[in-house]
Amino acid sequence: MPNLKDLKNRIASVKSTRKITKAMQMVAAAKLRRAQDAAESARPYAERMNAVMGGLAASVAGSESAPKLLSGTGKEDVHLLIVMTAERGLCGGFNSSIVRAARVKAQALLAAGKTVKILTVGKKGREQLKREYEAYFVGHVDMGEVKRLGYSTAQDIAKGVLARFDAGEFDVATIFYSRFQSVISQIPTTQQIIPATFAQTEAEGASILYDYEPSEEGILEDLLPRGVATQIFAALLENAASEQGARMSAMDNATRNAGEMIDKLTIEFNRSRQAVITNELIEIISGAEAL
Amino acid sequence: MADTMQFDLVSPERRLASVQATEIRIPGAEGDLTAMPDHAPLITTLRPGVLEVITPAGSTTYVVTGGFAEVTGEGTTVLAERAHPVEEVTQAMVDEMIAEAHEAHKAAHPDVADVTAKLLSDMVAMSGHIGLDANVPNF
Repeated sequence: MPNLKDLKNRIASVKSTRKITKAMQMVAAAKLRRAQDAAESARPYAERMNAVMGGLAASVAGSESAPKLLSGTGKEDVHLLIVMTAERGLCGGFNSSIVRAARVKAQALLAAGKTVKILTVGKKGREQLKREYEAYFVGHVDMGEVKRLGYSTAQDIAKGVLARFDAGEFDVATIFYSRFQSVISQIPTTQQIIPATFAQTEAEGASILYDYEPSEEGILEDLLPRGVATQIFAALLENAASEQGARMSAMDNATRNAGEMIDKLTIEFNRSRQAVITNELIEIISGAEAL
Repeated sequence: MADTMQFDLVSPERRLASVQATEIRIPGAEGDLTAMPDHAPLITTLRPGVLEVITPAGSTTYVVTGGFAEVTGEGTTVLAERAHPVEEVTQAMVDEMIAEAHEAHKAAHPDVADVTAKLLSDMVAMSGHIGLDANVPNF
């Protein structure tokens, strides 16, 4: 039987663990609200952007002069997988589920004889993919330095990706991130960003005949790189909110488990304390009887 | 004819303005233009410049770079990569934007050097317009 001193120490240590997880949960909750606000206020831009580009893309689709970012390079041999994860752990299955989605895709592509290149954003994804796929790594974006997630962060990533595309390093780019649905549910999402794909926008946008200044192609050429940045930005924001959400529920679970553990240990502590007292009594009584 | 129309100014990070406006002066890529209610539908890209919104209550000025404007009869939406109310623009911000444009110009392929040079000169003109110095590194 563990002695009383040990049990007391265990209880104290679990209690301080519970304090830490509780604090982390509250920090995550505060950060989550900020991340959600950021994601919310970025939405109008992304929506208008998509609507306008969708309309434009539909009107130039099929024409010879369509920009490569839209029509693709004509082949799809080399795939760039952009895996976006968090810089930190302790957020439940958040990182693993994104990495799992990326791994499934990479395996499928490799099995089909395609070339795979991996760009990691965030340290955790890199660590998890390193063992199997290190040979395919082409770059890494460190998010540890980024204090506040801004559009310029997304722009920098997009610039790097576009430079690779212009250099002909890949044909198709796909991003992996987690879409925030609620605190308990984040959906790992796979989204192709190059060549650009558009969700079917409502027909209302297409029915207005716009004047374009400069030409449709000119605008599209200007917008598509911005569109890539916008999509990356949206993904980063969703990811940030998901990370905090996942951490919040993971830490909530941890706090609850610590509480249960403390109860169990306290019962054990009380039992063994009683056992010690009973033992002492027996010794006294039997000592008195012996006289 | 309606007197006012809906005007939205949106940057990737937030919605800066959503008001009823009578007149909007937009720095279009191919020249400035003023949008008023019942304007013909138009989509134009922006050059770095000053955007002026005139509402019945007065006018507001913003500094915008990069993006596009969508004008319809009912309203105007400006999507700018960067947008700041002119009062918030500081010398440091202008310096940073110009330095960025300058970097881009130096790194640019000769084919597109014209475009980046224009971007740079637009930025310089813009900063002059709002009364700040344009410290161009050896341009």
